[in-house]
Amino acid sequence: MRTIQAVAWKEIQVYFGTPTAYIVGMIFLALTGIVFASGVVPSENNPFPEATLGRFFTWTSLFLIFLPPALTMRLLAEEQKLGTIELLLTSPVRDWEIILGKYLASFAFLLAMLALTLYYPVLLYVFAEPDPGPLYAGYLGLILYGAAALAIGMLTSTITSNQIVALIVGIGVIGALYVVHFSTDIVGGIASVLISEIGFQAHYEDFGRGVIDTKHVVYFLSVTAVFLFLAIRALEFRRWR
Amino acid sequence: MEDQNTNEIMIQATDLTHFYGPQPAIEEVNFGVKRGEILGFLGPNGAGKTTTMRILTGFMPPTEGKVTLADYDVVEQSLEVRKRIGYLPETVPLHTEMQVTNYLKYMGTLRGMPSRQIKRRVGEVIDVCRLQDYHKTIIGKLSKGFRQRVGIAQAILHEPEVLVLDEPTIGIDPIQVVETRRLIQELGREQTVVLSSHILPEVNMICERVLIIHEGHIVAEDTPSNLAQRLQGVDQLQVEVGGPVQEVLSLLRRVPGVTEVTQRYNQGRNVFVVQVEQDRDLRDEISRAIVSNGWSLLSMQLVSMSLEDIFLRLTTHEEL
Repeated sequence: MRTIQAVAWKEIQVYFGTPTAYIVGMIFLALTGIVFASGVVPSENNPFPEATLGRFFTWTSLFLIFLPPALTMRLLAEEQKLGTIELLLTSPVRDWEIILGKYLASFAFLLAMLALTLYYPVLLYVFAEPDPGPLYAGYLGLILYGAAALAIGMLTSTITSNQIVALIVGIGVIGALYVVHFSTDIVGGIASVLISEIGFQAHYEDFGRGVIDTKHVVYFLSVTAVFLFLAIRALEFRRWR
Repeated sequence: MEDQNTNEIMIQATDLTHFYGPQPAIEEVNFGVKRGEILGFLGPNGAGKTTTMRILTGFMPPTEGKVTLADYDVVEQSLEVRKRIGYLPETVPLHTEMQVTNYLKYMGTLRGMPSRQIKRRVGEVIDVCRLQDYHKTIIGKLSKGFRQRVGIAQAILHEPEVLVLDEPTIGIDPIQVVETRRLIQELGREQTVVLSSHILPEVNMICERVLIIHEGHIVAEDTPSNLAQRLQGVDQLQVEVGGPVQEVLSLLRRVPGVTEVTQRYNQGRNVFVVQVEQDRDLRDEISRAIVSNGWSLLSMQLVSMSLEDIFLRLTTHEEL
């Protein structure tokens, strides 16, 4: 437990000690800020906007294709590049403790980033009376989806010593899960059901409507668990290479 | 009790082989290290020193063979082994964005040290490695020599039973080299130390026993002084003879100038290793003696020549 904490704490310190994470955070806030404002400020096209975060939740899921792998790309790729992995793997720390510690650091940063967006709902409460259900559910959905995306980024950072490769492959995998439901119309039949169940969209949508379905919670937790497990195996495999 | 401790085997490597692709980096390497001993791996670059050390530290498993450290198997009981070692890899990989003290605290926690012990030991190793003026410095801003000291500091932080140091003096300036060697010798009084080097005088100075490793094989194993003697030209002949072992042995021993003869089987062939007095070429006498007894002389080789070749590739002097 202490070693997981030590690994996580070290990474959190690095996040706040280097510019990368600030840049990621800044971009995230800028993009979501524009989306939020455009959804709730009256305009010619949208003279009577609703007091919801609907647009924010939809678009943030798109941003979360790119941001999580940017947060995780450094975590193991750099250790391999610098060779510090040699001291990490020869310390009495289990492989799963390394992966989990680093993952928790990136998850903490994601939570901090999402926490900074809480002033959007606060503004809604100041100027209107929003329906709280979709807000809670929407944020839960974002957290679960972000957790899964970070786990995918952990795996891609473990399999390469090149941070850019880790980033791009991560974006590729998350992006594929994000758009895979588009192909359901092409294949049709039982395969289309299967594909839609694998993708993010079918599971993410309900959260934005204020519905918390256990099935969807389990889905995102499973994706997270599977990719973290694969990352641990990839790290173990690294020893045998 | 003391005596028992000093004779205890700390590390035992049996038939270690490691392949990178089709080429073996080391092949059938065997050695043992006693508790409290300072053992040196001497060999030119690419001889297999780093591979051997990475296997010892549990960084990677051998393709074949087995290593135990304090009776724990390096592969099967890796965690127990890793608790007992301090390791300085050749490239001295450090987290360049961290402060020296924070880095050492982090490494201490990874080694499972209690926080009170970490506090005490971080102060101690900063003193021992003379990092007092730099303990708040970002590691990335330190010179190579000081990084080396941080590397040694993290290796000895948790007072491990075994220290594995891969080329501990490479790339640092001469004064620091002298200091580092003195430090290793001091550490070697209490701890078992395995170090590697490609500098002959260095291992002579620090180590109690030297393994010479070349192209993945251990080609010689001795104390530094004995090795130096062998280097000065005591020749060894490997003679393959088709004849009765005992009679060949006694005949070879009677040849004037021969100091010692041993016999071994090498891939089913009957090989005699003949030690010859310094600067004497006895190939003529030996071949004549064998043939005149009616046995067949199948091959004859000057062995110590290859050892010399290896030494030639070592750095035998220091550019100070």
